Amino acid sequence: MKNPYADRRFTIAVIILIIAGAYIIRLFYLQIIDTELKLSANNNVLRYVTIYPARGLIYDRNGKLMVENQAVYDLMVIPRQIKQIDTADLINTLDITKAELIEGLAKAKNYSRYKPSVLIKQISSKRYAILQEKLYKYPGFFVQPRTLRIYPRKSAAHALGYIGEVDEEKTKKDRYYKSGDYIGISGLEQSYEKELRGKKGVSIYMVDVHNRIKGNFQNGKFDTTAIVGKSLKTTIDLDIQEYGEKLMENKVGSIVAIEPSTGEILCMVTSPTYDPNLLIGRERSKNYPQLNNDIAKPLLNRALQAKYPPGSIFKIIQALVGLQMGVIKETTGFPCDKSIVNCHNHPSASNIREAVQYSCNPYFYRVFQRIIQQGKSRSIFKDSEIGLKNWHDMVITFGLGKAFETDINYMKGGRIPDCKFYDRWYGKGRWAFQTIYSLSIGQGEVEIVPIQMANFVTIVGNKGYYYTPHLVKEIGDVKISNPKFHEKHNLPIDREYFEMIVDGMMRVVESGTARLARIKDIDVCGKTGTAQNPRGDDHSVFIAFAPKDNPKIAIAVYVENAGFGGVWAAPMASLIIEKYLTHKISDPDKEQRILDFDNLEKSLNFDKKRDRLNKKSKPAD
Amino acid sequence: MTKNATDSTRRVNLLTNVDWITIVLYFALVIIGWLNIYAAVYNDESKSIYDISQKYGMQLIWIGSSIVLIFLIFLIDSNFYSFFAYILYALTIGLLVSVLFFGKEVNGARSWFQIGGFRLQPAEFAKLATCLAISKLLSSSNMITQKFRTLFLMGIFIAIPSGLVILQNDTGTALVYSAFILVLYREGWVPGNLLFFCVLIVALFIATLLVNPLSLIIFLIVLAFVIFGIMRRRLYEFLLSLGIFIVSLSILYGINHFLPHPFSLYYVIALAAGVSCIAYFILNLWFKIPNLNTIVIFLALSITFTFTVDYLFDKVLSEHQRTRITVLLGMETDLKGAGYNVNQSKIAIGSGGFWGKGFLQGTQTKYDFVPEQSTDFIFCTIGEEFGFLGSTIVIGLFVALLLRIIFLAERQRSLFSRIYGYAVASVFLFHLVINIGMTIGLAPVIGIPLPFFSYGGSSLWAFTILLFIFIRLDASRLELLA
Repeated sequence: MKNPYADRRFTIAVIILIIAGAYIIRLFYLQIIDTELKLSANNNVLRYVTIYPARGLIYDRNGKLMVENQAVYDLMVIPRQIKQIDTADLINTLDITKAELIEGLAKAKNYSRYKPSVLIKQISSKRYAILQEKLYKYPGFFVQPRTLRIYPRKSAAHALGYIGEVDEEKTKKDRYYKSGDYIGISGLEQSYEKELRGKKGVSIYMVDVHNRIKGNFQNGKFDTTAIVGKSLKTTIDLDIQEYGEKLMENKVGSIVAIEPSTGEILCMVTSPTYDPNLLIGRERSKNYPQLNNDIAKPLLNRALQAKYPPGSIFKIIQALVGLQMGVIKETTGFPCDKSIVNCHNHPSASNIREAVQYSCNPYFYRVFQRIIQQGKSRSIFKDSEIGLKNWHDMVITFGLGKAFETDINYMKGGRIPDCKFYDRWYGKGRWAFQTIYSLSIGQGEVEIVPIQMANFVTIVGNKGYYYTPHLVKEIGDVKISNPKFHEKHNLPIDREYFEMIVDGMMRVVESGTARLARIKDIDVCGKTGTAQNPRGDDHSVFIAFAPKDNPKIAIAVYVENAGFGGVWAAPMASLIIEKYLTHKISDPDKEQRILDFDNLEKSLNFDKKRDRLNKKSKPAD
Repeated sequence: MTKNATDSTRRVNLLTNVDWITIVLYFALVIIGWLNIYAAVYNDESKSIYDISQKYGMQLIWIGSSIVLIFLIFLIDSNFYSFFAYILYALTIGLLVSVLFFGKEVNGARSWFQIGGFRLQPAEFAKLATCLAISKLLSSSNMITQKFRTLFLMGIFIAIPSGLVILQNDTGTALVYSAFILVLYREGWVPGNLLFFCVLIVALFIATLLVNPLSLIIFLIVLAFVIFGIMRRRLYEFLLSLGIFIVSLSILYGINHFLPHPFSLYYVIALAAGVSCIAYFILNLWFKIPNLNTIVIFLALSITFTFTVDYLFDKVLSEHQRTRITVLLGMETDLKGAGYNVNQSKIAIGSGGFWGKGFLQGTQTKYDFVPEQSTDFIFCTIGEEFGFLGSTIVIGLFVALLLRIIFLAERQRSLFSRIYGYAVASVFLFHLVINIGMTIGLAPVIGIPLPFFSYGGSSLWAFTILLFIFIRLDASRLELLA
């Protein structure tokens, strides 16, 4: 008998084969084409635990510890693995609000469901001890040990800089960094990030569904060890740095000292400053805005960024340029003719040494006039242009007008005006010596940052050369090998002219405007400045080096709105020089007088007044 | 036929007539299955593979006892099964009822009898008894005179165990009975189009939810033209019909373009298809092209159907119903809820690659990322540890078994044996499609075991008996005269 439906067996067989075929194709897709699933499988089972190396320590030039590390713990989370969580217990243990927890989890989920992200940062060791006991209850959560900075001496905040979490842009550019990593944001922490950070290591573990570690992946074949960051030995003398900060308390301004023979920065004081411990870890988000909004601008590193009128200290440069150009000689004298520019009472200078000693304004007016107006063109405008160009080219060899290429970031270049500048300012051919003569005494359009002042007095002390100022001596016990720091910059000015000026500067301290800077048994050479400025009272300025021969220290002190350079800046510089050279202070009264001097109100009042004026004028525009 | 074909009945040597190929396939699957249970349960602290405190040790006992059952089945006369089919069915129904009262509740399902340390699941045996019962019913009914009475009775035969199983909160097992449509199809109780129609409806339903409507409608139209082209092979007719569609589409598109609020392209194409269908229909009154009407009606119905499903899905279903369907179809991954198992299962299988990670080397199964891995999701272990190659071999073995059963069924002289053979094949096929399908995200997650692989005594016993009754029947097929 022939079953009429017998052929239907073929249909059934075909259906079976089609389904089997479809399943095999699907398996082919899942197992061979879709690589995502293999990644997910690895994410399931492999736990990459980053081992963060301790960041390199930072020492001062004498091996005193400036920055060290403290252990903290980041609570990490892998959102996909979270099971039921006892929210109340968790927020209690972590001392956070429920909102913070929810927000943190949402953020983590948003970043990745499979990759770990930081939920709570910087849990203290104490709190970690409690948390550790409970972690087993929370699959998907684990702890990552981290290190934070700590500053035992609370000093040199700006030079050291701070570290913070790396921003997203950086993680995209540099694959070394992962979200939540720390990176140097300013100061040495930023400049020497690569050396300080060391190298992260990783341990790969296998975990089960409950996030329990089951062992090393392939016996640790793919693990890498962390390499501790290299330590830095800075050029800073911590004692001098601290002493400078103490002297600058309640004043606004900066002190920069350099070792002339090497260009090493001995101290870099800016005032007002802040305790670097305020910008550590979680504290930073709280303290930073406060510091940032502070009217005294404690975050501003005045040593590098405050563009000041140099005042009379600039006369040194005018003298040297004049001598080198041959427009004056050693014995050139000018009468102190107060009808041209005002001056204080002193005998007329009959030579360049006396001119420096008396800081005679009319004298340097004449010098600058001779520099600018050399009669090389019949047009006074053209003549001034030629003169200014030659002057500018020589002045910038003092390291002025632009920032140093060194290990200090965010330095400002200041301004040495050139023809282009005045052309823009007044129009081409519309300015001449009479328009710009304020430059002769370091007023007008010239702007110098304190570190440049310290560097140019270094040049004078060295009688004609300098090394680029820098902050680091050794990296990981090896002398720093940056060729920029070992390159001797020679000035196109003869040594004999420097000697004349040094003589003059010695007289400034011996019997000139800076007698308060005298130190027993030490030949200090200096030059005061009293810089007029549109921000209230004159700034008190002093540059110096000591001893006279083979100077060990060159220093610039700038105190805003404090008046005569000889009265405040000079004695402060001498205290630091003495402290550095002899490690003691012979004249406690001098020190006390400085410490008692509170000029902060005066400096800040101007800002307040200006702010008030700005606020008043706002509605009008 | 054989040389003894003249006798009316005869004794046949079972050992020479038994189908060894099926038996080899059976043991191959059982042994691979057992090794996979070992791998699924295995962790680094595992003791001996024979440890009966572990699932793999227990499974070994189930395998051993299955062999005993096989001998028993061979000892019983082949006529016993058809003769006692209804009685066996009634007994099993009795068990299903009593398990509701005396059963032990596990995971929310009251499906087990606890006897000492062992648990028996009557629902697994109900499949077997129902297979016997419907084979008896269909083989003893007259297809022409008793068609509706028989189909009605069959519906009752299926409804009773399904209902009782659903009462036990085990919907998955109840759905297995739907597989008997294949038996009905083979025996001619249902028209062939019905099966085709069922497949089409399911395929269209899934496609509607998976593919965006515009692509789907374009696909359907292209498909209609391709089928028409292949069926007729007349270029003139093909171009004419294509022309009609393109002209109507262009006109509608043009009109739509100048409307102040133009409709989306989907509606334009749908309307063009509708207009064309009417045009074809009218033209065909004169041309009388065979099959054209069928294709046109199918196209129109398909488009209407997809549109309706889309509409119902978006407008009628509630949010959680939508979620369940979308998760099931893999359109969305609800990784924590319903989608978690499937996702983990796909990860485990996908991580196997071509060669697999090797026996006992699967990290996803070893570290418990896949839930239910020794029972419902046992296929993950195969996928992870034996890779694409191993998975394909396992599927191949199952396909070989199914085709072999069909081959054996077709050579039966008794109608009862043949129907029973197809019933066995249908049950196996349904289990395979659903179980493997759910681990690779192609079928809904319905908790039914993979025959011979999933851990569990009841299911191994039930599948063994199911298969070996058929082998027993086959071995005695020559006792009956052709």
